[in-house]
Amino acid sequence: MAVMKKKGNKGLPPISTASLPDVIFMILFFFMVSTTMRDQELLVRYKLPEATEVQKLEKKSLVSYIHIGQPSLAMQAKFGTAPKVQLNDSYKTTKDILDFVAAERDKLNEMDRASMTICLKADGMTKMGIITDVKQELRRANALKLSYAASKSMGY
Amino acid sequence: MADIAFLLLIFFLVATTMNVDTGLVRMLPPLAPENQKQEDVKVKERNLFLVLVSGNGSIMAGTSGNQEVIDLRLLKDRTKEFILNPMDDETLPEKTEKEFDLPDGSKWVYPVSEGIVSLQTTRDTNYQDYIKVQNELTRAFNEVRDEVSMRKFNAKFAELPEEQRDVVAKAIQVRISEAEPRVIKK
Repeated sequence: MAVMKKKGNKGLPPISTASLPDVIFMILFFFMVSTTMRDQELLVRYKLPEATEVQKLEKKSLVSYIHIGQPSLAMQAKFGTAPKVQLNDSYKTTKDILDFVAAERDKLNEMDRASMTICLKADGMTKMGIITDVKQELRRANALKLSYAASKSMGY
Repeated sequence: MADIAFLLLIFFLVATTMNVDTGLVRMLPPLAPENQKQEDVKVKERNLFLVLVSGNGSIMAGTSGNQEVIDLRLLKDRTKEFILNPMDDETLPEKTEKEFDLPDGSKWVYPVSEGIVSLQTTRDTNYQDYIKVQNELTRAFNEVRDEVSMRKFNAKFAELPEEQRDVVAKAIQVRISEAEPRVIKK
C-alpha cells in the first residue's frame, strides 16, 4: 500500500536547468560570429535583382553603400514613391555623391583608399537613368570599384 | 547566469544583421579630363560586340552590321563564341598570340582575343534587366576562363593557385565597355 502511494505522488522530476546557461551561451556565440553590426537605418525599400555570378564582398570596412529605391512605407507620405538615393542616413541627390565619396575615403587609411569599393544596392525596378547618373558621379569622384549588389540565384 | 546570457543574446539579435553582401564587381573607366578633347578610340568593327538593352528588356546583340534581337538565354553562348572565335571567322574578333610566363618557369602561348563587349542601355531600361545582361556576360567570361584553365592546368579557374589564376585572367580579360551615356532615340 505504502509503495503504491509513493509512486503516485512523485510524478516526473523537474527538468534540470543547470545546463541552460551553456546552451544560451552557445547560441550567443553563434550569433556573435555569424552576424555583423547593423550600421545604418534603411530609408528606402528595395528588392535586389538576382544573378548567378555574384562574388562576396570582402572586407566590410572598405565598402561604402549607396541605396536606391522607393522611400520606405513610413516615409512615403512625405516623399512620395519616386525612387530616391540614400547616402548614410538621409535622402540625397546624385550631386551629393562627390562629397559622400570624399568623406568615406577620408575615413580609410591611405593604404586602403585605392581598394575602396562602392556597393550599389538598387531596386530591380529602378530605371537605368538614375543608375547611370550615379555611375557618372562615381567616375567623377574617382571611386571606380563598384559592386552591383545582387542576390545569389540558381539560374533560370 | 542564464539571464545574463539571454540579455546578451537578445542584444546581439537586435543590433546585428546576418546578410552577406554579394554582387557583380566591375571597374568603372576613369573619367577623361575635361580640358582634354575626347578622342574616339577606333576599334575595328569585327572586334566590337554590341549589346543593347531596350526599355522593355529586349536585347539586341551582335557585331555591328550583324545585330539581331536575341533571347537572354542565347546571349551567353553568343558572347562566348565572340570571345573565343573558335573557327577563326572573319566577322569575329582578331586574336594575337601572346606569350605568358607560367609560375613553373615555362612559357605558354595563348591567342588573346582583341574583342570588346560594348553594353548600352536606354534611360528607361529596368536595372533588373541590366543586371541580367551583366550576369550573362560575366558568365560567358567565367565559362571561357574555366574551359581554358581546365585545358591548361586541369582545374577550374576558381580552384587554381593565385599565380596561375593571374595568368589566365590576363589571357582572357573581362572587357566590357559601357559607353558614355547618350540619348538613344526610339
